[in-house]
Amino acid sequence: MEWLQQLINGISLGSIYALIALGYTMVYGIIKLINFAHGDVFMIGAFIGFFAISRWDLGFFPALLLAMVVCALLGVFIERVAYKRLRNATRIAALITAIGVSLLIEYTTIFFRGAQPEAYPNVVSSKTFQFLGAQISMQSIMILSVSIVLMLILQFIVHKTKIGKAMRAVSYDVEAARLMGINVDNTISVTFAIGSALAGAAGVIFGVYYTKIDPLMGIIPGVKAFVAAVLGGIGIIPGAVAGGMVLGVVETIVSALGFSSWRDAAAFIILILILIFRPSGIFGKNTREKV
Amino acid sequence: MKKSKIFWIYIAVALVVYAIVELLIVNGQLDMYYSNLFITIAINIILAVSLHLVIGITGQFSIGHAGFLAVGAYISAIFTTNLGFPFPVALIIGAIVAAVAGLIVGIPTLRLKGDYLAIATLGFAEIIRIIFLNIDYVGGAAGMQVDYLTTWTYAFFGVLITIIVIANFTNSRHGRACIAVREDEIAADAMGINTTYYKVLAFAIGSFFAGLAGGLFAHNFFIIQPSQFGFLKSFDILIYVVLGGLGSLSGAVIAAILLTVISLYLQDFPETRMIIYSLVLIIVMLYRPSGLMGTKEITDFFKFNKKAKGGKVNE
Amino acid sequence: MSDLLLKVENVGIQFGGLKAVSGLNMEMHAGELIGLIGPNGAGKTTSFNMLTGVYKPTEGTIIFNGKKTNNMSPHQVTKSGVSRTFQNIRLFKDLSVLDNVKVANHSLAHHSVISSIFRLPSYFSGETKMEQESIEFLKIFGLDPYMNELAKNLPYGMQRRLEIARALAAKPKLLLLDEPAAGMNPQETQDLMGLIALIREKFDLTILLIEHDMGLVMGICERIYVLDHGQLIAEGKPEEIRNNKKVIEAYLGEEVTE
Repeated sequence: MEWLQQLINGISLGSIYALIALGYTMVYGIIKLINFAHGDVFMIGAFIGFFAISRWDLGFFPALLLAMVVCALLGVFIERVAYKRLRNATRIAALITAIGVSLLIEYTTIFFRGAQPEAYPNVVSSKTFQFLGAQISMQSIMILSVSIVLMLILQFIVHKTKIGKAMRAVSYDVEAARLMGINVDNTISVTFAIGSALAGAAGVIFGVYYTKIDPLMGIIPGVKAFVAAVLGGIGIIPGAVAGGMVLGVVETIVSALGFSSWRDAAAFIILILILIFRPSGIFGKNTREKV
Repeated sequence: MKKSKIFWIYIAVALVVYAIVELLIVNGQLDMYYSNLFITIAINIILAVSLHLVIGITGQFSIGHAGFLAVGAYISAIFTTNLGFPFPVALIIGAIVAAVAGLIVGIPTLRLKGDYLAIATLGFAEIIRIIFLNIDYVGGAAGMQVDYLTTWTYAFFGVLITIIVIANFTNSRHGRACIAVREDEIAADAMGINTTYYKVLAFAIGSFFAGLAGGLFAHNFFIIQPSQFGFLKSFDILIYVVLGGLGSLSGAVIAAILLTVISLYLQDFPETRMIIYSLVLIIVMLYRPSGLMGTKEITDFFKFNKKAKGGKVNE
Repeated sequence: MSDLLLKVENVGIQFGGLKAVSGLNMEMHAGELIGLIGPNGAGKTTSFNMLTGVYKPTEGTIIFNGKKTNNMSPHQVTKSGVSRTFQNIRLFKDLSVLDNVKVANHSLAHHSVISSIFRLPSYFSGETKMEQESIEFLKIFGLDPYMNELAKNLPYGMQRRLEIARALAAKPKLLLLDEPAAGMNPQETQDLMGLIALIREKFDLTILLIEHDMGLVMGICERIYVLDHGQLIAEGKPEEIRNNKKVIEAYLGEEVTE
């Protein structure tokens, strides 16, 4: 059952993309900014997890939690220091600032610890199960279950809590939300915190699954997660999850067919096709510019 | 007539600069290190000015310029090293192929706007890079051996031609059409401007000169590798344009010179260089988003009489 | 009556499930000055957008000067002789006043990209011609003293006038003005009416005008079309419209709900 095996690998990869894509999509939905630094928050999460496990002997879940907390704080810090001033700036200025923040995080990390990769400690049992002839590792199951739990929590926050309602209101219309007494600044910060925490979790999961992390590891998954977000329809939370899964599976299939060096191109080709033929994504609605 | 006189003065000044540098190189006062610096500055100016046409003039936010640099680099290198063509011919072929690549990328993507266009161009640039990575004929990831052929003379005249062509284009009805697209696409369309045509045209011209820069770039090293043409290279070029001031050709030139010199001095500390780069980028965007020059040109500072001239017409 | 210039037949447009305009029928003869009025959200600007190619009608046909313009893009419609202004001023803010007009004058000269890059003689003659003609347009609107100012630095009333000058420079046979007097004081509105009459005479124009200022519409338009909820509810001479029950209802109804 070669195909089932690939499908499972694809979904594992896809759930990492999905976790990162959630942060992209939430932030874009609320302030229309492509937060290029998001992939780097993911990288920081991976490193926090690494230090927590190998230096401070924490278990997987405490390390995951710690990475999420640190990344949430980092996300809010970035938003408050850099992006907050850009609310009324041009889109180009905002995007360039985001690129700047991304480079700053990457190279500050390299400055302090060098560019060399780090081998992730093995904290999850490497037991495998046989399922319909496919090898399923404990890690795959864990990745998937952690991702699903986090996504359910997110869904709960967005739809059942007061802050979730505020987030939806702000993403719909900032000014109207402000007039209704919603604290827009705090809502945006919370959005960054949640999105960044998810990216941090994705970082730890990535480390456990792929066992190698380095300071520039966030760039490619970051861009791909953005592709996933666009694919699902940017600003739409279930869309990000679906987009991440589709992308993960497609990439795995491309590799399995023996084109692994074209794997990255596959993501970009999907991106371009989606942008050209259905820019609102799978779940999005078309919007038009007002004249 | 007065305008053309000023034009020739600039040309004369440029040629004097060229002659002095060439003389110093020939006499050996400028060693390899410095002649290489001048060539690198020239290549970066070409890149900056070509992207300026796309972003600064036409307002199309492309962050995949390194893709066209790569096309020019590889194509020209194939024509000199593998096929034995003369260097100038290979440079032109590289530029033309890059322009064609620009058309292929531009026609589908330029209907997108803002962020989406940016991401699509970035995606295309990566696809171009991955294509070269997968072609064994050009050495794949290991790279391709290239003859060292770029001289200060080629680099200088490359810059001169780029600036003249792009400045002349900008100061014509075609350039105004591009600026109108930047300012308000819907209004430009309503005034009879074929906006798609001008976006694609500007993109193709920009790609042409990025390809020219690619040819000079490839033959200024002994080897080219796909990894030299990634996001970071695109961002480098973007930074020149943004820092110089979106819409200012001279701003792009000044920023390219400054940043090339700064990064040369910091080349032994690559992380520090990137940290400074990114901080400068963030601070400029937060406190002076219009860049060093805004949309002004350096010549505007010498043209106080222009307003007076304009005023006279209605007297 | 002179020749038919514009014929709008059963034109309508849907956005998603919403019918913004439906069953629109209009006829304009060369030289007419016609008003298009209606309460807010009646579909006036949407109709303009269909006439100028910004929106593609989902039903019906628009025939301008004998040619079907339904599926043309805006620049093609403009080249065929329809030009417009915008309700919310859309000038090229960072271009000079003169350059704003020159952009619309684009098709006047024919020097190619190559000619521009190499500064061939056709470049110089073409650019000179464009500049002279653009200045002529500015003079008509009294904007020539400000031609080197950036458009964004002009006061509001002048920006409105510049938009009309720019639209004229595109050489239209039919000029569409979308609330040209919006935000103007009575004196400015008065001047504008004079100006509209003047350019109509001088350039042999046919004009379609959206306006909220009833005085202006009733004062200068020869015929008026009234839209409400995306449908034509009345058509006729100003005095007929003034006494039309449906029109009064549409406007009063609006006032009541406001």
